[in-house]
Amino acid sequence: MIEVRDLNKSFGTKQILKGISATFEAGKCNLIIGASGSGKTVLMKSIVGLIPVNSGHIIYNHDTDFLNIDDAGRKELRKLIGMLFQGSALFDSLTVEKNVIFPLNMFTTMTFKEKMNRVNECLERVNLKDANKLYPNELSGGMKKRVGIARAIVMNPKYLFCDEPNSGLDPQTSIVIDKLIKDITDEYKITTIVNTHDMNSVMEIGDYVLFLYKGEKYWEGHRNEIMNATNQQLNDFIFAGKFFREIKEQNTKRLSDEKNK
Amino acid sequence: MSFFIHFGRYVLLLKSLFVRPEKTSIYWREIARQMVEIGVGSVGIVVIVSCFLGAVVTVQTAYQLTTPLISKSIIGSIAANSIILELAPTVTVLILAGKIGSKIASELGTMRISEQIDALEIMGVHSSAYLVLPKILASTLMIPLLVIISAFLSIYSGMWVGEFTGAVSKEDFMTGAIQYWIPFMANFALIKATTFGFIISSVSSYYGYYTEGGALEVGRSATRAVVVCCVLILLFDYILAQLLL
Repeated sequence: MIEVRDLNKSFGTKQILKGISATFEAGKCNLIIGASGSGKTVLMKSIVGLIPVNSGHIIYNHDTDFLNIDDAGRKELRKLIGMLFQGSALFDSLTVEKNVIFPLNMFTTMTFKEKMNRVNECLERVNLKDANKLYPNELSGGMKKRVGIARAIVMNPKYLFCDEPNSGLDPQTSIVIDKLIKDITDEYKITTIVNTHDMNSVMEIGDYVLFLYKGEKYWEGHRNEIMNATNQQLNDFIFAGKFFREIKEQNTKRLSDEKNK
Repeated sequence: MSFFIHFGRYVLLLKSLFVRPEKTSIYWREIARQMVEIGVGSVGIVVIVSCFLGAVVTVQTAYQLTTPLISKSIIGSIAANSIILELAPTVTVLILAGKIGSKIASELGTMRISEQIDALEIMGVHSSAYLVLPKILASTLMIPLLVIISAFLSIYSGMWVGEFTGAVSKEDFMTGAIQYWIPFMANFALIKATTFGFIISSVSSYYGYYTEGGALEVGRSATRAVVVCCVLILLFDYILAQLLL
């Protein structure tokens, strides 16, 4: 579980995060949604410590305040974190296999055979069986994301962070990636936090949804509650497209008919 | 003001390199890889530059010494001393600054903008130590070796060009080179090469590591790294000459 309390972050005079508080529970897909520039990525990078915050608390597993631990403690905690970056952030000069094995080489004393077994297991898990010897520039966008996920889970993390996992992917591949993230979360019982503005992802995997608007928390809840949410900014964001607006109208009409009966 | 900000961040980057490696064997492997890339990868350009440097110095020295009152061996002496004191450790390194400096800055800059450095941090790897330290060590070790190769090649190419053009015989050239040889010149050249090796790798790493923005900024970082390296090499060339000669 990760708990964020009263998190504030400014770049110069511009305040990006304004007193954000939220609880991201274990075994659930926690989604941070919001328009571009709403502070999603800053929030995620603050939680993992890539961006220093001005004030607030980031509590991992009930007792560890990420902002009040020393470098060694922070390093230890980071070994429990896996992250999928927006552009996948694979090491260009390494093959798929070497990208995935990298954390194992760095932090474990496993034998080469054990490490390769683990790498193959992770690559199989993300449906990339025969891509071991390929370089990142030989992979499609969806394959890169899957390698990124394999690398993120190779150390059996307790926390998985995914920054815009569907950006640049077609709807079908997006669903595959979403499903993969959901399955991994359920399988390993990890705390997953996903940054997205893809409404399909929200409706597919959002166990807990946190909506940010101009750096503030405007709404939180389960994906099923979104359809009936009354928050204006959330509705403007979600129902910006005609398709979702019509679904919302039909839903509202259905509920009112049921009520009248 | 900007100078102090850059200098402060540069010092902090260097300070951050002194950490306990996550796994020493991986760091050694990375140092060896960088030594091959920086050292072996630069041999070609060093050979080409050195051969022409030696040839030009010999021809130009011979052109200026036309009087029969001065022994021909002086050409060998002037050429060899110029090569060891200045041309091999400074001119060659200025060219290496362009090659190695831009490579380091653009490599780290690309890693920064494509979030590869963030990925290392998230894994718990000390990114600056893992990425920058091997480059600095490799460069500080390999550039003096390249300078030694450069000095030998320049002197030999000068000797052969002197013989080929009839400006000075091989024997006269070598007699002059050996007659006026001062052993400290070799030490001085190596001190300069080591200093310049450190400057090239650390300054280029600094500009690459702190790249912000996109592809355009990677190019800018690489250009800035090369320009600053060249200026610092010339500045330290003067400082070392003033202090040590």
